[in-house]
Amino acid sequence: MIHWFHRTALSRLLALPVVIAALLGPGAAAAAGGGYPLDHFPTAKLTDQAALQNGARLFVNYCLNCHSANLMRYNRLQDLGLSVDQIRDNLLFTADKVGEPMKTAMAPADAKKWFGALPPDLSVIARARASGAGSGADWLYTYLRSFYRDSTRATGWNNALFPAVGMPHVLWELQGSRGATIDEVRTVRDEKTGAATGATRTVVTFDAQGLRTEKVEKLADTHAHDGATLRLSPAVGGTLTQAQYDEQIADLVAFLTYMSDPSAKTRTRLGVWVLLFLGLFTILAWWLNREFWKDVK
Amino acid sequence: MAAEKKVEATGLLGWVDQRFPLMSTWKAHLSEYYAPKNMNFWYFFGSLAMLVLVLQIVTGIFLVMHYKPDASKAFESVEYIMRDVPWGWLVRYMHSTGASAFFIVVYLHMFRGLLYGSYRKPRELIWIFGCLIFLCLMAEAFFGYLLPWGQMSYWGAQVIVNLFSAIPFIGPDLSVWIRGDYVVGDATLNRFFAFHVIAVPLVLLGLVVAHLLALHEVGSNNPDGVEIKDRKDAQGRPLDGIPFHPYYTVHDIMGVGVFLIVFSAVMFFAPELGGYFLEYNNFIPADPLRTPLHIAPVWYFTPYYSILRATTEEFLKWQLLPFLLIYLAIVWMSSAKQLSKVIALLAVGAMAVGFFVLDAKFWGVVAMGASVLIFFALPWIDNSPVKSIRYRPGWHRWVLGLFVVVFVVLGYFGVQAPSPFGERMSQICTLLYFAFFLLMPWWSAMGEFKRVPDRVTFAPH
Repeated sequence: MIHWFHRTALSRLLALPVVIAALLGPGAAAAAGGGYPLDHFPTAKLTDQAALQNGARLFVNYCLNCHSANLMRYNRLQDLGLSVDQIRDNLLFTADKVGEPMKTAMAPADAKKWFGALPPDLSVIARARASGAGSGADWLYTYLRSFYRDSTRATGWNNALFPAVGMPHVLWELQGSRGATIDEVRTVRDEKTGAATGATRTVVTFDAQGLRTEKVEKLADTHAHDGATLRLSPAVGGTLTQAQYDEQIADLVAFLTYMSDPSAKTRTRLGVWVLLFLGLFTILAWWLNREFWKDVK
Repeated sequence: MAAEKKVEATGLLGWVDQRFPLMSTWKAHLSEYYAPKNMNFWYFFGSLAMLVLVLQIVTGIFLVMHYKPDASKAFESVEYIMRDVPWGWLVRYMHSTGASAFFIVVYLHMFRGLLYGSYRKPRELIWIFGCLIFLCLMAEAFFGYLLPWGQMSYWGAQVIVNLFSAIPFIGPDLSVWIRGDYVVGDATLNRFFAFHVIAVPLVLLGLVVAHLLALHEVGSNNPDGVEIKDRKDAQGRPLDGIPFHPYYTVHDIMGVGVFLIVFSAVMFFAPELGGYFLEYNNFIPADPLRTPLHIAPVWYFTPYYSILRATTEEFLKWQLLPFLLIYLAIVWMSSAKQLSKVIALLAVGAMAVGFFVLDAKFWGVVAMGASVLIFFALPWIDNSPVKSIRYRPGWHRWVLGLFVVVFVVLGYFGVQAPSPFGERMSQICTLLYFAFFLLMPWWSAMGEFKRVPDRVTFAPH
């Protein structure tokens, strides 16, 4: 928490006398942390009941094995147009009664042993993952489509959006496996003077089996832009095409978004009526006010 | 006394009125409380603040019926309210949106005071009570924000309570005493809950009553800053006054309608308001072992938080100290009283020594506290011969405008992650913020003032 009080050489330089500092003002803005760009989640899925139902099916089949959604009850899925019997017969994997919450199939002790950490509860994950960069749905939609093979990781998988993630690619049979190329440029500086003397370019490639190869190249360029870009290669060997896989993930993310705030649909529907009422109320109040204030001269 | 009292003689009302000051209270505060007839848009926010207060209390009562102030259950119980309690989501969103709405309304209400000099004699006590209400509101919001027990709740409380540890000598023990533990924990949650649901609201309600009693004693100010009590008719009623009820009750109902439209638009369609009203990180349960990368308070605290962050060692020595020395020179040259010169010299001297002896973090806390408490001084540092901005020199509007810009810029950088640019801007704005108040005794009396009319300016509707 002490990082509020950090200082830079630049700000010190600017800090001479107070008025001069005020006039000189802006120093260089800190470069925003780059990160992997987010794809846009197709929001039309949120109102598509078939998509939400398919998302629920994918969720209980794939996610609930390790993750829980303890704040969500099975019978709440009636919101998605499913009957209690349909829920009981098709979706009730980790509980005995439809009134129970969506627990995980995995014991916490096993989770610690296998993944080193407890997989997070997913009830409100779509709200927690929102940021200035995009909605929580955008983040999840990108994340679930950005796994690549990395044999240096314990699970054999890595993720472009969430580097060194503990979670393996659970849906790999659907998507297939893919490699990635990470292209990184770093300026080399003289140890004493700090002046740039050149740059190195490191290209790390993971093939579809996750085998890592690294190529380092020296560049004479002293004005190189430091940074890394990650490119994913096309997935191979999955049961779905890339487009089909994206559809499935969009359905799953639509479900996660619904689950994070199940009353959202009721809320917006009610909101329209409330605003209509308040509009009428305000017109009446305005009229009443005008009638009374006619007396005031 | 009893013989002088005019009471309703008949019926139930008569029965009550002989035993309780019902009609006299009604008359004194509503039907025969004369308010200036020229009150404008800015005068809606007082009644709206009262509306939001009632909304927060009523929704709060229902939330307490289902919420569990227990570190292992708090987060889940909030989501239980959102999912399993019938209409719980509506009550909770009303309460969370209401918290931000309260600050918006109160900031606008305070700005009205600045515009029309509503804190000037004889309304100093109304202003003091108002400032105390504002302090209570900040405490109320701070305690309440811990209750959902999300990551921001937890770490926000951790950061703010840690500020107390910056106080020399007693700080570390004091912060442990406040938390009831070495870190924010179950004990902290329980006591914050107690403060949030009973202690602070009780004080808040008492202060609101005092605020209104003081107001009704001296009468409302107005956009012209004219004292309507100075000109009365034969019955002793102010010529420019109209009964609060029904004229301002119907007027305020109209304001309530417009306010509720905006409030509902947010609550029903964007209850998170892009992460400003409900922070995204707060949907992750509190985890004492994982510090979020960027901890920021909710938007309404960020101007003061920016002042805290701006106060670095370098700021104290190279910016604040020269600022204070210039200020001392101004006081020295322009003050006629020997005493104020000596006080200014001692104060600046003590601070100058303190900047080198004590931790910058401590001075950050002092600056943050001062930035809030300085509002109390307004009635005594404003030397303008007129109350209202309408009759002040034109450039006074720009000074007030600059203050608003500074406040907003500070708020903006308080939301952002720390950066050298943000820090520099916050430092400049911190100096401007304090300059607005500290130099007010001089600038408020400078320039060409317009003549204040005898009667309020009013065009019949």
